[in-house]
Amino acid sequence: MSSLRFEAPETVEDAVRLLADADGEAMPLAGGTDLLVQLRTDFVRPGLIVDLKRIPALMDVTVNGDDIRVGAAVSGATLGKNKAVTSAWPGVVEALELIGSTQIQGRASLGGNLCNGSPAADSVPALIAAGAVCEVAGPNGARSVPVEDVITGPGQLCLGPGEIVVSFVMPKPPPRSGDAYLRFIPRTEMDIAVVGAGVALTLDEAGVCTHARLGLGAVAPTPLLVEDGAKALIGTKVDDDALANLAAAASAACNPIDDKRGTIAYRVKVAGVLARRAALIALERARSNG
Amino acid sequence: MAKYHVTTSVNGEPTEFLCSGEQTLLDVLRDELELTGTKEGCATGDCGACSVTVDGTLVCACLMLGTEAEGREIGTIEGMADGDTLHPLQRQFLEDAALQCGICTPGFLVAAKALLEENPDPTETEARYWLAGNLCRCTGYDKIIRAVMTTAAELRGE
Repeated sequence: MSSLRFEAPETVEDAVRLLADADGEAMPLAGGTDLLVQLRTDFVRPGLIVDLKRIPALMDVTVNGDDIRVGAAVSGATLGKNKAVTSAWPGVVEALELIGSTQIQGRASLGGNLCNGSPAADSVPALIAAGAVCEVAGPNGARSVPVEDVITGPGQLCLGPGEIVVSFVMPKPPPRSGDAYLRFIPRTEMDIAVVGAGVALTLDEAGVCTHARLGLGAVAPTPLLVEDGAKALIGTKVDDDALANLAAAASAACNPIDDKRGTIAYRVKVAGVLARRAALIALERARSNG
Repeated sequence: MAKYHVTTSVNGEPTEFLCSGEQTLLDVLRDELELTGTKEGCATGDCGACSVTVDGTLVCACLMLGTEAEGREIGTIEGMADGDTLHPLQRQFLEDAALQCGICTPGFLVAAKALLEENPDPTETEARYWLAGNLCRCTGYDKIIRAVMTTAAELRGE
């Protein structure tokens, strides 16, 4: 019988040291909604699990000046009740809340969703659209990593041994900003995205788009930041032509797989449709945030 | 094999147990504390049969390690009735025959109680979404939803 060691440190430094110094595989634990399933099915066999939920920096939501900082292990249930984040970045909160059931929401977190490394993670395209940056702690100190750079392949991260995502920092959006995330699944609830699209945009006083970001999920080996999507919107009034260009940019960025949930052709098409629809929701929110 | 000593509270009672690093909260409740009202269905967080509350938040006990319970307040189906007096949800489930085989029932009751504490006046759609993580293969859900909506009205004094 194996013996799994469990630690629940109360500081980031202790968590990093435990993970970095471990013999054999050590895994950080946030909400555990992926990790516990992987343990049960022997998909992973760590010798050490380090629970991060006793560390205040991973469980806090704070607003400092122009930055909103969300701890990496804050649950969907908690984040959904946070007015500062839901009003600033409703698309990010909606994306996290799409994951699983009420029970899953009691534990699932942005950090866990990102660091599980799935190309189809729902919250990741929304975080990319929001321009979220990870505060990463590790044995060689702290660094900042844009969310779009964290996942390097299915289940693969750019984090080194002992490195953990402590929190996500998002800018407080300027006036006339909005974001949205949409995903396609073949049922109403609780499924893995066939395609996911997150859009964030800002308008000037004349209604011209001055800033935009498009994130896509489940259409490539990693979630994508689609810079051509932003270019399609910036400088326009987000009219039909601009939205058509956005959809074309989204479809062109796709490099998906064929599987039982969707063919390549279907995913490419739906990525454009969802990017356009998410942009329309973000636009509506930007117009009402004047 | 190393065992961890965990001090927690279960249904308001101070509780201590020993568990291994691998044991889930569900394993601990059923095998160490003999609280077998919490059921194991899928053991992968899909079916909701092991629904419990941790510090008031609804979770699947199969997706949490026993060691994580240190210092937390756990609520299970065994804490729902007040002695011999059933909780109104339990009474209404019987009244409406909102169960057949019964294995999903403790999870539904714990989840429905959490719903009504968070939202005493849910729409039927809200109740169905809240309970979407609880699977029942017997009833077709209709009687369960009806029992929850009836109890919600009763608790609001309607």
